[in-house]
Amino acid sequence: MRGAQIAALADAPDGVAEALAAVDGFDDALVHGLARLDEEREAALAALAGAVGATPLGGAAADAAAKVTAGSVAEDALAALAGGRAAVLGAVHDALLASADEALGRERAAWDADAATGDAHANLLGGCRAWLTELAVTGWRGVDHDLVSGADRTVEAVLAEPALRRLGVLLDGLAGELRASCPVGTLERLPVRRWADLWTRAVLLAARGPWSAAAARAVSGRLLPLGVDVHEHPTAVGVEVHAILEESGGSSRLVRTSLLAPKTDTIVGPAVWRLLAGFPVLLGALAERRGLVVTDLPLTPGGDLIWDDERAAAGDPADPFVTARVGLAAALAPPVPPLDRHPVRISEPVLLEGYRVKDGRFELDGQSLAVETDRLPAAGPLTEALVKASSVCIGLLRSDAGGWSVRPLAVRATVRKAPVEAHNGDWALGPTDPKVQKAEAKAGDSVAVLRERAGRLLRA
Amino acid sequence: MVDRSWERRSAVRVVPPARARKLAKVPFVELADGRLQGVVSSGSDVARVYVSSVAAATHAFSCSTNNNRPCGGLGAGYLCKHLQALVKEAVLQYGLERVARYLKADVGEGDDLVDRLDGVKEQAPAAAVFSRFLRHLGYLELPVTAGPVPEAHWFPAGAS
Repeated sequence: MRGAQIAALADAPDGVAEALAAVDGFDDALVHGLARLDEEREAALAALAGAVGATPLGGAAADAAAKVTAGSVAEDALAALAGGRAAVLGAVHDALLASADEALGRERAAWDADAATGDAHANLLGGCRAWLTELAVTGWRGVDHDLVSGADRTVEAVLAEPALRRLGVLLDGLAGELRASCPVGTLERLPVRRWADLWTRAVLLAARGPWSAAAARAVSGRLLPLGVDVHEHPTAVGVEVHAILEESGGSSRLVRTSLLAPKTDTIVGPAVWRLLAGFPVLLGALAERRGLVVTDLPLTPGGDLIWDDERAAAGDPADPFVTARVGLAAALAPPVPPLDRHPVRISEPVLLEGYRVKDGRFELDGQSLAVETDRLPAAGPLTEALVKASSVCIGLLRSDAGGWSVRPLAVRATVRKAPVEAHNGDWALGPTDPKVQKAEAKAGDSVAVLRERAGRLLRA
Repeated sequence: MVDRSWERRSAVRVVPPARARKLAKVPFVELADGRLQGVVSSGSDVARVYVSSVAAATHAFSCSTNNNRPCGGLGAGYLCKHLQALVKEAVLQYGLERVARYLKADVGEGDDLVDRLDGVKEQAPAAAVFSRFLRHLGYLELPVTAGPVPEAHWFPAGAS
């Protein structure tokens, strides 16, 4: 990215502030619960419904706002309001992504696939909806231990169903945050937008069944990783590899490939990679900074490769900085699946060079961009100090609460006059830093300890 | 002052990550159901574990095997070695401040939390804690998902 590109992001697209205000009104209603709406919050519900008034959702959202205002908080009404909120944020996502694409000069393919939803697991989903309704009626401020524990069995059952993994990971994350925050009424500040986001997404995922992916097509070619974004909550860890796919005899495109492993809260730091040990080809390529040769790997219309180690082989060494410098400009970006449109999903790989780091921001040509130094995973070697000492960075351009930032995935830095390079995936096969190796050896293999306990006690 | 901009962000971290600790002796610790509770592996028998807990506020404590046999090391007014290990590991995992706050224990700088727990022995639901431990272990039995999980974007790794 150059300074001019950062400057182009400075002004929020038209309508974003108004759209977020409509969302905020609804989110505030959820803080206090939909059972006790005052006039201001009734107006906020009507405003959210009004914001989608011209869309096919308009009628359902207006009816739902009226019903909830009249005191009838039913699942259908909540689904319609969640749909309205998601649609507004979807529009914000589209506007932000379009402005990022324009600033970066990134070409993006159009969405032309159908997305279907399944119709299964009715009982499980019903249990989820009942809990989500109770949350909405009660409001975050009223959440206590009993209300949170009420979801335990349902969440456990959802997690056990692979087709519902997305919902399970989401609900488990939300329930964990609520449990840790109990009694919520005494908290000084609440993650108002965040919990409303999680609630909304859960209501939509629990509405009918898994959102089955639109038809994937098999692709073959060379896959050149750019970097790894690590996601984590107490009981799940996910890695999302951003890469450029050069199809045999074809064009190059930006893709992602993701693995997500359930875990316990005590498995943290570099140990999380051990949960992904069943994918040695992918992890090996990350750790050794190699490309991969993939054969007939399914690629979804949304640009996600469904990873399968059996269909991949290690390729030649491939420096991600070279991949970014040479490949990013020409790679075609994928469209975003309609239901996944939310600003939080925006993660556009970018290369930044020749900047200075000041007050937590990259400064370049008189422009500056916030750096997410609080988002450096303990599973990799990036540290705040390394980022501060860096001059080249592969990062993800992201947006939260209307502001842009970059999340570093890899940096080149100068430490004690020597060049240093660090990538989030460097420790995929185990830490390479002797100090970290020593600490890991001392702590013991947490995954192995718990597996031994599980082997002895779960099957006793 | 309440930070309104924090309240309007999607990807904030609400629960701080647990700190890494050795799991061999105390594989499971949690602050839940109004107690600090967990499971301590027996030093002598690999198939035996102790279920130990300390209640918030009253600091009433209990320790028994998962088959409900009382721990022999437990006195009426003092903590057995399993409970001491549980408290120590909880402090490693969550930090002294968070554990003390949950237990409503008054701990000054340099104090040992164990010394501040002056409850008495009580019967606690060992079976319920043990089943929570099994549920906890169950996470490692679930398969890895290959494929997009866009919901994970709400949970970025990192400290805060």
